[in-house]
Amino acid sequence: MRYRENWIGFQTIVLKELSRILRIWMQTLLPPAITMTLYFIIFGNLIGRRIGLIDGFEYMQYIAPGLIMMSVITNSYGNVVSSFFGAKFGKYLEEMLVSPLPNWLIIIGHMAGGMARGLMVGIAVTIIALFFTDLQLHSLPVTLSVALLTSAVFSLAGMINAIFAKKFDDIAIVPTFILTPLTYLGGVFYSINMLPEFWQGVSRANPILYMVNAFRQGILGVSDIGLGTAYAIILVFLVVLFTTALMLMRKGVGIRE
Amino acid sequence: MKALSLTGLEKVYANGVRALDGINLEVDEGDFFALLGPNGAGKTTAIGIITSLVNKTAGRVEIFGHDIDRELEVAKSMIGVVPQEINFNQFEKVFNIVVNQAGYYGIARAEACRRAEKYLRQLELWEKRDQISRSLSGGMKRRLMIARALVHEPRLLILDEPTAGVDIEIRRSMWDFVRGINEAGTTIILTTHYLEEAENLCRNIAIIDQGQIIEHNRMDRLLRKLHKEVVLLNLRSPIAVAPELDGYLCRLVDEEILEVEITGQRGISSLFAQLSSRDIVVQSMRNKSNRLEELFMGLVENRAGRQQAAAEDKS
Repeated sequence: MRYRENWIGFQTIVLKELSRILRIWMQTLLPPAITMTLYFIIFGNLIGRRIGLIDGFEYMQYIAPGLIMMSVITNSYGNVVSSFFGAKFGKYLEEMLVSPLPNWLIIIGHMAGGMARGLMVGIAVTIIALFFTDLQLHSLPVTLSVALLTSAVFSLAGMINAIFAKKFDDIAIVPTFILTPLTYLGGVFYSINMLPEFWQGVSRANPILYMVNAFRQGILGVSDIGLGTAYAIILVFLVVLFTTALMLMRKGVGIRE
Repeated sequence: MKALSLTGLEKVYANGVRALDGINLEVDEGDFFALLGPNGAGKTTAIGIITSLVNKTAGRVEIFGHDIDRELEVAKSMIGVVPQEINFNQFEKVFNIVVNQAGYYGIARAEACRRAEKYLRQLELWEKRDQISRSLSGGMKRRLMIARALVHEPRLLILDEPTAGVDIEIRRSMWDFVRGINEAGTTIILTTHYLEEAENLCRNIAIIDQGQIIEHNRMDRLLRKLHKEVVLLNLRSPIAVAPELDGYLCRLVDEEILEVEITGQRGISSLFAQLSSRDIVVQSMRNKSNRLEELFMGLVENRAGRQQAAAEDKS
């Protein structure tokens, strides 16, 4: 296919994904908004008042970037894993597989769909956060680039999960037993400087820590991790996950007999 | 030019099942080609490989001269496929399913909408365009898959049991439609269990069994191989005993229906002459079973018989 055809194919996948996100907004957009409102009320407002300042910020302000990033991560992942597995399970993934869409374009199209949902939810959660606390914007380029790259990473992770999944249980296991614990332990609610040295070291093995802190750097200007290290880690994950997804698609693992 | 060329195509599944055992097959451009075989013979696997839904183990596939190993995207752009199973998003609107498919083939949205309207109208689905596809009847779902397969105007259309579970009226209207598509220049490969369908529509035929092509011929030449035909004659007046006719084997089904076996060498003129000389008047006549069906069963059963005999010899 030539550039024009590829561009139309990409647009078609993204528009299809956007239409799905908006069509089932009560499943895709509303629940994270409600969950995050509860986080702000309980952790930020009720408990946070007793915690005091972290890195010079009120607790509510400190956790807001982490909560935004948490919703970006879970929704980017959730969108691609459910959409791609749904297409595979319902066999309508074949519509794309028989077409001349190259594998990389199918991956990028779904990744863009996941990013779109992650960012839509991220914006909604940011607006909700503004009802509870004041947020400054330390660096727009850092904030935007970290949000975009992180949502891309987790969209790809969701796609790989969907490629391997054989039943609906398989798409719930990773978010429940891996993604959620890693997110909670990824510095959303605390600074790793508050942890004993050993656990600080353990925390540094968690990639989500780098994403949350880089995003916090973009909004508040404070971070437990150097920005360069964070970008490097995110980019390495992006490249590794994209290459893995492409290899799996080429081999037809889980999608071609 | 060959629309499809399969050379030494093999498929061995992970569980060790050899679904295709080195098949060679060629389909001419513009042909209406029947690919027949019993369940599990390898038809759907072959179609899966051609449409790249199944990875081949060995062999070569060319679509209008484009090798799928070297020019997969070009080859894919020339194929439209209507699969056996419903494979569209059942929660999507009819119109969107067709338009999105066009988008996957790189057709701009305005043109995609125009073509979607054209094919949905031709397949009598235009009134249903805003309905969620799940609400369509079985026949409509089949027609939707045909519209979707045609929206990028492929040169080769593969119909994998397109009329399964469809009532006879819709089946016949689908026959007329695909015949028209073929006459307009699209090469069609049809798999079906309705052998009457293959006999009516197709000019060339291949029969596949246990992963091997056991017959590949022109439909008329193949039918000529049929050594005998069994017809049922509806008689105007009842008779008590089946007549003894020279060169024909007769049996009374009931007192007004006579079953006659006609061998390849005998015509039917002599049959009617002999019946007439015995004052037996024939009201109407029909084949006991479809001619292709008899031939198909003969080929498949002969092969199974030969294999069993070979196995017994070995033991």
